[in-house]
Amino acid sequence: MVRFEYLEAGSVEEAVSLLDRYGGEALAIAGGTDMVVQMRYRELAPKYVVNLKAIKDLDYITEDASGLRMGALATIRSIETSPLIKERYGILAQAAHHLGSVQVRNLATIGGNLCHAAPSAEMASPLLALGAKAKITGPKGDRTVPLDEFFTGPGQTVLKAGEILTELQVPPPPPKSAGVYLKHSIRKAMDIAFVGTGVVVELDGGDKCRDIRIGLGAVAPTPMRARRAEDHLRGKKLEEAILREAGEIASQECSPISDIRCSAEHRREIVKVFVRRAALQAAELAAGGR
Amino acid sequence: MKHLIKLTVNGEEYEVAIEPNRSLLDVLRDDLELTGTKKGCETGDCGACTVVLDGKTVNACLILAVSANGKSILTIEGVAQGGKLHPVQEAFIEHGAIQCGYCTPGMILSAKSLLEENPRPTEWEVREAIAGNLCRCTGYVKIVKAILAVAEEMAKAPVA
Ligand code: FES
Ligand code: FES
Repeated sequence: MVRFEYLEAGSVEEAVSLLDRYGGEALAIAGGTDMVVQMRYRELAPKYVVNLKAIKDLDYITEDASGLRMGALATIRSIETSPLIKERYGILAQAAHHLGSVQVRNLATIGGNLCHAAPSAEMASPLLALGAKAKITGPKGDRTVPLDEFFTGPGQTVLKAGEILTELQVPPPPPKSAGVYLKHSIRKAMDIAFVGTGVVVELDGGDKCRDIRIGLGAVAPTPMRARRAEDHLRGKKLEEAILREAGEIASQECSPISDIRCSAEHRREIVKVFVRRAALQAAELAAGGR
Repeated sequence: MKHLIKLTVNGEEYEVAIEPNRSLLDVLRDDLELTGTKKGCETGDCGACTVVLDGKTVNACLILAVSANGKSILTIEGVAQGGKLHPVQEAFIEHGAIQCGYCTPGMILSAKSLLEENPRPTEWEVREAIAGNLCRCTGYVKIVKAILAVAEEMAKAPVA
């Protein structure tokens, strides 16, 4: 493994000041499930590693009038098993369940999954579909950005030197809304998504779609929203024919690559199917009153 | 620079001076000579290195030992109590769930912690709970049977 100097931050302020002081030479580590492997293979070679995991007050999952708040250090496992999340933000528990193994989920954090910024990041597409925001803390204080502006490229985010992601915020679920996460991979567990799709549907008083958000993973340089497909569906009744059109649109607005797992054409085909299927399932759930 | 860290492993306290780039797995095996925890992939995929850290199963190969300072760890060596094997260990022997044995320490710890959280798992839940433990001998059927058998035993004789 690469050699580095190890620093431990006991608080957010300390983390920010250490990262600010060492700038590009320092990397923040949380669960370590991605970073330790990358340092072992020398894909990452930081001079300083700042461990955030000891910051006590960043590991929480709570809800208030403004919605769900998750501290960046909340583990994927705690999101998967949280009764609050299962009951009110089920799509997050579904996606969390798909990430790695129990052992990995016990270590990996929501903040780490997002800051690692893999195009396939498991938690990104459901959070995009939920309209989440990211709270960032840095030397100049806090700022909040919509999650769809958080990712800037593979492994790249809007975080500047000295800044850390501190909280994820999700607005409260409107009545008659529901979300569904679908993942396509070869193995049922322990696999990276070929395509991940998170869809949240809100129905109006009747049976039309008042609002819909579609988050896609592994089909573009960053996790993305399929906004044109969303526009196509807003205000409509979510039926087979129009959902097929939306799937078609989503498959056009994404920009997948071919890699060892899957060809770009195949990914586009899966997007078509998943957008239709997830929206249909979510609409059914939403009609059920949840 | 070396760091002096304290670990409580299987109830015993250890103090070791280590470089920060050492994994918890290496420190357990090479410094504490607890070689029951196995090293397979070192990428978090095989689960041979599974240990219980502060009550949760984790991959020891993914953890910087220095970050485990002050924590409490259970390895396979600490599972038998007073010379008596744990029911999961007994069941693995009885059901022939051990072939070469390389995956066994990790499997046992994953199974044990599943049963502590969920004493009546379905077969599917067992399979999901050991999804992060690969058996190169592919003895999964017997492993799953062994774990389900323990659950059944526990249901018959509930601990007071
Ligand atoms: S050695 Fe840790 S998961 Fe394989
Ligand atoms: S018994 Fe050989 S790896 Fe499982």
